[in-house]
Amino acid sequence: MLANYGYEDGSGAYFITIDTDKCNGCGDCVTACPVKVLLTATDESDPFRELPVAMVSDEHRKKIKYSCASCKPISGRKELPCRVACKLQAIIHSW
Amino acid sequence: MAKEFWRWKEYNWHDTNKDWKKGKIVTAGIDVGSVSSKTAIMVDGELYAFSLMRTGSDSPESARKTLEWAMEGTGLALNNIQYVVGTGYGRVNIPFAKKAITEIACHARGANYIWGTSVRTVLDMGGQDCKAIKCDDKGKVTAFLMNDKCAAGTGRGMEVFADLLSVPIEEMGELSLSVEKEPEPVSSTCVVFAKSEALGLLRQGWTKENVLAAYCSAMAHRVFTLLDKVGVEKDFVITGGISKNVGVVKRLIGQLKINALPNPPQYDPQLAGAMGAALFAKALVEKGGK
Repeated sequence: MLANYGYEDGSGAYFITIDTDKCNGCGDCVTACPVKVLLTATDESDPFRELPVAMVSDEHRKKIKYSCASCKPISGRKELPCRVACKLQAIIHSW
Repeated sequence: MAKEFWRWKEYNWHDTNKDWKKGKIVTAGIDVGSVSSKTAIMVDGELYAFSLMRTGSDSPESARKTLEWAMEGTGLALNNIQYVVGTGYGRVNIPFAKKAITEIACHARGANYIWGTSVRTVLDMGGQDCKAIKCDDKGKVTAFLMNDKCAAGTGRGMEVFADLLSVPIEEMGELSLSVEKEPEPVSSTCVVFAKSEALGLLRQGWTKENVLAAYCSAMAHRVFTLLDKVGVEKDFVITGGISKNVGVVKRLIGQLKINALPNPPQYDPQLAGAMGAALFAKALVEKGGK
């Protein structure tokens, strides 16, 4: 499942997409994120899944434009830490 | 007291031709949404009873009320129900639900039951958010996109406009289609801004019909962009309260160029989430009932 977290507003689209078919819930992205945007938990959208899954926390879901600002290309960072940490390439960003 | 134009019909139903005592598995799905609370009770995976009412400020209380109302006249009691799944905004706060499942999964599952296995895209237009959901032939979610950052393009917005224009909420869709020429959409779908923009238009002499048409079409455009992001595939269906508003639905279909399957007469599309939850409950009982 492609789980899209985020929103679109007048200033642009801000989405983090987790490909839950690839994600194994290892949590490497959780520790890699400097602002704790991600967490792993039971997948409430897939009641029969047994592995935990990565998701964007409720706290950050509606403000990832700001939460993720320090990792945007304009801030001089080349690779996104969460994407680098994910060996299974389950994380996609809209920026 | 002033008339409450936003007030939509609350109702319950149960199948008088069926006896739940003859069934093997009795399950319930409770969908505590931001605006409405729904309960669907299923006997062996077939809809047996339901209720649809307003959500109060207390979600455990709303869940209890909607469940009791669905059971009314059936002789059912909570302990006759083997498994209760909670869904919707208030899902984590339903004391008697054994499991919480997101409304995303439940709407996909419910739509699969209501319209059949050919459904691939579900648009849930709820009270306070909209979700574009893609699913497979089993009703399993393959992708979703949600807009819950603001109430633009939702039922709550429609309620606000019903009151502003003094038009009963059930009549808004039809009335918006009665315009001779389609007006420009209002420039903002934000409920607060759209309301002040609409007030301005009314003061300029716009008719109610025109203001409504302008709002419905802005709303349609808003959900169109959401759907466009996940990509719409046939068959396409709309669930949630706004699916009953032809003014929004027709304008959305016009933009999408893909028809939505018509609502079957025997099921209320606002119940799709609760029905999906009850179906998951049945599957969980069969799996061992943890």
